[in-house]
Amino acid sequence: MANARDMNYKRPKDTRKTLWKLLRYLGGHKWLLLVVAVLVFISSGANILGTYLVKPVINNYILPGDAAGLTRMLIFMALMYGAGATATYGYTQLMVHTSQQVVKEIRQDLFAHIQKLPLSYFDTHSHGELMSRFTNDVDTVQEALNNSFTLVIQSFLTLAGTMTMLCVLSLRLTLIVVVFLVLMFLMIQYNSKRGKAYFRKQQECLGSINGFVEEMVAGQKVEKVFNHEEADFEEFCKRNEALRQAATRALTYSGMTVPTVVSLSYVNYAVSACAGGLFVMGGLMDLGGLASYLVYVRQSAMPVNQFTMQLNFLLSALSGAERIFDLMEVEPEIDEGKTVLCNVKREPDGTLRETGSYTGDFAWKMPDGELRLLRGDVRFDRVVFGYNTSKRILNGISLYAKPGQKIAFVGSTGAGKTTIINLINRFYEIQSGTITYDGIDIRQIRKDDLRRSLSMVIQDTHLFTGTIADNIRYGRPDATDREVEEAARIANADSFIRRLPEGYDTMLHSDGSNLSQGQRQLLAIARAAIAHCPVLILDEATSSIDTRTEKLIEKGMDALMENRTVFVIAHRLSTVRNAKAILVLEHGEIIERGDHEELLAQKGRYYQLYTGMMELE
Amino acid sequence: MLIRLLSYAHQYKKYTVAAMLCVMAEAVFELIIPLLMADIVDVGVANGDTRFIFQRGALMVVCAVLALILGIGSSRFSAVCGQGLGAELRKEEYRKLQGFSFSNIDHFRTSSLITRMTSDVTNIQNAVSSGMRPFCRSPIMLVMAVGSSFYINPGLAVVFFVAAPLLGILLFLIIRKVQPQYGKMQQAIDLVNRIIQENLTAIRVVKAYVKGDYETEKFRQVNENLQSISEKSFRTAALNMPAMQYVMYATILCILWFGGGMIQAGDMQVGELTGFLSYVLQVLNSLMMISNVFLMLSRSLASGARILEVIDEKVDLTDEQAEDRQVTEGSVTFDHVWFKYKKDAKEYVLSDISFHIEAGQTVGIIGQTGSAKTTLIQLIPRLYEATRGQVLVDGVPVEKYPMKHLRDAIAVVLQKNTLFSGTVKDNLKWGKADATDEEIQEACRIACVDEFIGRLENGYDTQLGQGGVNVSGGQKQRLCIARAILKHPKVLILDDSTSAVDTATEAKLRRGLAEKLPDMTRIIIAQRITSVQEADQILVLDDGKIHGIGTHDQLLETDEIYRDIYESQQKGSLEEAKEVAE
Repeated sequence: MANARDMNYKRPKDTRKTLWKLLRYLGGHKWLLLVVAVLVFISSGANILGTYLVKPVINNYILPGDAAGLTRMLIFMALMYGAGATATYGYTQLMVHTSQQVVKEIRQDLFAHIQKLPLSYFDTHSHGELMSRFTNDVDTVQEALNNSFTLVIQSFLTLAGTMTMLCVLSLRLTLIVVVFLVLMFLMIQYNSKRGKAYFRKQQECLGSINGFVEEMVAGQKVEKVFNHEEADFEEFCKRNEALRQAATRALTYSGMTVPTVVSLSYVNYAVSACAGGLFVMGGLMDLGGLASYLVYVRQSAMPVNQFTMQLNFLLSALSGAERIFDLMEVEPEIDEGKTVLCNVKREPDGTLRETGSYTGDFAWKMPDGELRLLRGDVRFDRVVFGYNTSKRILNGISLYAKPGQKIAFVGSTGAGKTTIINLINRFYEIQSGTITYDGIDIRQIRKDDLRRSLSMVIQDTHLFTGTIADNIRYGRPDATDREVEEAARIANADSFIRRLPEGYDTMLHSDGSNLSQGQRQLLAIARAAIAHCPVLILDEATSSIDTRTEKLIEKGMDALMENRTVFVIAHRLSTVRNAKAILVLEHGEIIERGDHEELLAQKGRYYQLYTGMMELE
Repeated sequence: MLIRLLSYAHQYKKYTVAAMLCVMAEAVFELIIPLLMADIVDVGVANGDTRFIFQRGALMVVCAVLALILGIGSSRFSAVCGQGLGAELRKEEYRKLQGFSFSNIDHFRTSSLITRMTSDVTNIQNAVSSGMRPFCRSPIMLVMAVGSSFYINPGLAVVFFVAAPLLGILLFLIIRKVQPQYGKMQQAIDLVNRIIQENLTAIRVVKAYVKGDYETEKFRQVNENLQSISEKSFRTAALNMPAMQYVMYATILCILWFGGGMIQAGDMQVGELTGFLSYVLQVLNSLMMISNVFLMLSRSLASGARILEVIDEKVDLTDEQAEDRQVTEGSVTFDHVWFKYKKDAKEYVLSDISFHIEAGQTVGIIGQTGSAKTTLIQLIPRLYEATRGQVLVDGVPVEKYPMKHLRDAIAVVLQKNTLFSGTVKDNLKWGKADATDEEIQEACRIACVDEFIGRLENGYDTQLGQGGVNVSGGQKQRLCIARAILKHPKVLILDDSTSAVDTATEAKLRRGLAEKLPDMTRIIIAQRITSVQEADQILVLDDGKIHGIGTHDQLLETDEIYRDIYESQQKGSLEEAKEVAE
């Protein structure tokens, strides 16, 4: 992987490298592929031998009228043909199986890889474009494996056989054939190179259309509300046209190769025939020899033709594979932490003992085996951060959350509140300074364990296709039905869920579009509640919930927050009032800190924000 | 169906005809060239006639060049018409998709719509681009070869009457089996797409809950499903090749057997038999090509059916009843409106809603989570249609306006709002494509965007990621409001659009709206009483029904829900104020 990391963001335009990687996938099935190759050999062998046998059958059996011999010979041919066709059956079926396996593995690896990518990657790449790699790009590889792979093997086998025969018949004349074969290959290579660039373009355009459609359908309400259909249609047509042009060019170049090679083979034949005629007249060759030689010359063109007919499949597969492997080479999230999270039991003498089962107590297990009780002590020390290097969002923030404390962030929009929270769970990497968690630098903690210790309710609520119970259980898959309902009650979601026609088994579709925004937030809170994590992060978790419902949740939330370190972001000051420490952020800096009374007494920004509300009431 | 699909290529008809002609002419050359070859050996070399050899050789080169030109032409033209057809289909689908109502989209799901626009179209394109050649060539080859073999020996040619129907039946059986499998395969692709899409949209949740492995497992299931279904369909399709070979080989053996008999009986010459055999091979080869074309066609028909489903979907909301009129004032009336999202749903989401809003008024809507506030306002720009009753704008039912005019006049800032990839300015210009910089700045001043625009990296030219990930929630909301103001609407609807904006900014925003755009009707859904307190009237919704209508003071008197909400927001602050005062 170290190698792959060095290659980061550099496009592997190198065809050989892409091929090599594809072969690695095929390598996993090398025994099956070997069987396929043997069967292809048998199948084409039967075909060629059959053609070859026709002459002896006529000369040796039919003409002399040897009926018994003819029967014998035909039975032999029947057996051979039978074997050949059966081999064909075998290799086509096996090849379908192998190619589907390979394609499945590629998709699986791609998905697993995507799960490891840093958030910044998703921020800058459209979803539909990524989806396109799974379908359109993987499809090209599948198409090539299904259709072309065995044909390519076959072509090379036939070519090798024919060339041997040619060399045996006339070494000198073969030189002509070799010259033409080289010419053909040069043509193929030249056209491939030009064609491939367009195939790559084609796949990129396809991805961009995928991305555009995905984004537009997701935002369709906005499109309608703004009557923006015409402009979007124009944009779509632009991309559609780009795709059409790229694809037409790609196919023209790869399609051109077939007639070029065919014509070259005719010229080859003409030249060979002329030269051969001279040879015969010069006495260098006899007539019969030339005749059979010319038959083979004609045959030598067949495999090359067959190969070029597959060219468009092969080229688009190459560019598809290139895009797939490009994505696989994007550097995953950095995760070199060695400290892990474990359940512990507190012994009466105060020491900690690691256990496998859930105890309610967690500890950090350091690389040297030391156990440190998880308390939820989070400190920021002069943390500097920006989503890109040129623009800083946080300018040297230092803060300290005591275990069990409720810490609230307030401040005007864009002050950097959500950013701070995104740093605690290492969604993004800080540029300088340190963040420690129970005294351990969070970079020393394994990322999965770090995140497992934090329950988050994020600003944008996302739900998954599945039942309501499934969605709540997302926080902890092994939760019982009773626990699910318990969590729903804490979030005050229980009452609306029960009023749904199928209660907890109601299916949610497309990101829960059948629920109101507020109801979705209640579910997100239930999801966080069931996770039982020592630290809770609420980012505008109740922004779409009306204040009356919020009051109802408050009690459940208080129970939830008890003995937990809680980070709260809310613009609604009533939500943050009872926090132990309130941090007021402005332009990426903490400008005030203290509890509610202290801050009011300071008559600073917090007082302004708070009384701003009062004044309006 | 095939004809309908192909009709979308009508503007590329020229190219299609040209491609076909090229392919056919090329096929003719391919038949002539071997004759020339035979001449070289049989006549030229045999007679030792050097001139003849060179003459024929040169003729062959000329033919080869002509074949080359035709070949290049055919590949170019078939690429043009195949890709052209694909582009037209995508365009048609997209156009249709834009008219879809939300229930139409729900019917297909986003992920499936995307597959239908890319992967399905690609299948058809491939069939046209790579099927053209064998489709036009093989019949010619077939006819020529069959004709020649009848010419040589009609008796022996009877073999075709057995072999060809047999092949036909086999092909028919294979296609009948594979066609529905291809359809299922595309559905499996939809499912894979859906899981990926959902995963990408919710990637923050997945990461926050450390669910990468769980999601990968979930993906494994749909992935294996796709693998097994496509393996099944491709395996069926792959039966074609061995089936053809069995028939082909059996035919050869039969001909050798019967032909051998005929030769012995003196009914046939040896040369005729070899010639006959080579024609037989050509016939069977052409049949195999044709069967491949049919297989490709059956795959694209499965895809074509899916594409036509999109194009033929009946759009729920249309301009059928529209008359040419504009919204001039901006008054809104609900007249006993009932609404439910699905026709077969038991309960109504909105029940018997009636109220009237004068043009220029400010109206607040308040109510508990899930009380159908959002549903209510979405009926005004006709994002959904009332199930019973009428929604009127300026006294005219909304369906009497062309949708374009209606939505131009009514700006909605949605609760779950979306910014698109592009610059800040691009996004703002959604409101008005030809907005001048002054107009944009003015709108941004009202929406309090100007406060932070200077802090963005490149100001108005800052690039936003998909969904506007690089601005904060509150900034996003304000951008969305500015975008709506730019439209200069008659009615502005804010659906909880300031929930992430701090109170001071919100107050400023509201003042700006009232001062700069006093004639605009404003409908505001809010959680905070402060946001709606000064409104001319306030609607209190409860469980899809109107619980109370009135001004702030009236409702405080009469409506217990309103009072409850007010107190829940008031109590804390009052206590605090007292404490501070002390």
